[in-house]
Amino acid sequence: MSGASLKIRDEMLRRIQAHGVETYPHECCGALLGSDGDGTREVVELLPLANRRDDSPRNRFEVTADDVRLAEKTAHEKRLELIGWYHSHPEAPARPSEYDRDHAWPWYSYIIVSVQKGEPRDTTSWRLHDDRAGYDPESIEITAHSANI
Amino acid sequence: MAVKVIIPTPLRQYAGKQESVHVQAGTVGEALSALTSQFEELKKHLFADDGRLRSFVNVYVNDEDIRYLQKDQTRVKEGDTISIVPSIAGGKRD
Repeated sequence: MSGASLKIRDEMLRRIQAHGVETYPHECCGALLGSDGDGTREVVELLPLANRRDDSPRNRFEVTADDVRLAEKTAHEKRLELIGWYHSHPEAPARPSEYDRDHAWPWYSYIIVSVQKGEPRDTTSWRLHDDRAGYDPESIEITAHSANI
Repeated sequence: MAVKVIIPTPLRQYAGKQESVHVQAGTVGEALSALTSQFEELKKHLFADDGRLRSFVNVYVNDEDIRYLQKDQTRVKEGDTISIVPSIAGGKRD
């Protein structure tokens, strides 16, 4: 998966960062709806979701299976695909943790935004290796407009 | 019994790019075993090293979560549909 990239509009990336600021010091999460094909993957819509980890929202997030099914249904209705997920790391780097790795599947794009002292910092994207041993960084291509709109 | 297993999009690359696979099984456990025997690469994404379903992997028979049925011993009948749905989890600290 080396060399993978993810296109996203600047405005949309800012909305992900704003979501991380809004829920700080808790983690935010949401779904990435878009298109994937011919080596090009693009986020077309965001679906912000509630973090269901009420017991430990400062360092954990969870999207329940019901919310995943809602995201899949929403994507299908919009003729898009559920291509990945985003979440924030309050007061921590925008790198996947071991816990992230244990709870991930390949193929999905995982965007992580670091929020430090309530301000968004680095935003990165990752894809899990086929063998689950680690992640490859996915370059984020920021666009002014979506090719799909 | 022939049952249909719907393969989630991220895992289709390990199942011959198919959206669904038909397997012969009498229980959910047998269906998942038949599926991962046919497509070995699926196994590590569905099951942990101890052989149990990964904690974030949810399985439904005709929209009923097997956790509220008989888990992997849940009986399936001809024409049933099994869905595999992840819950998405993560967080900053290991």
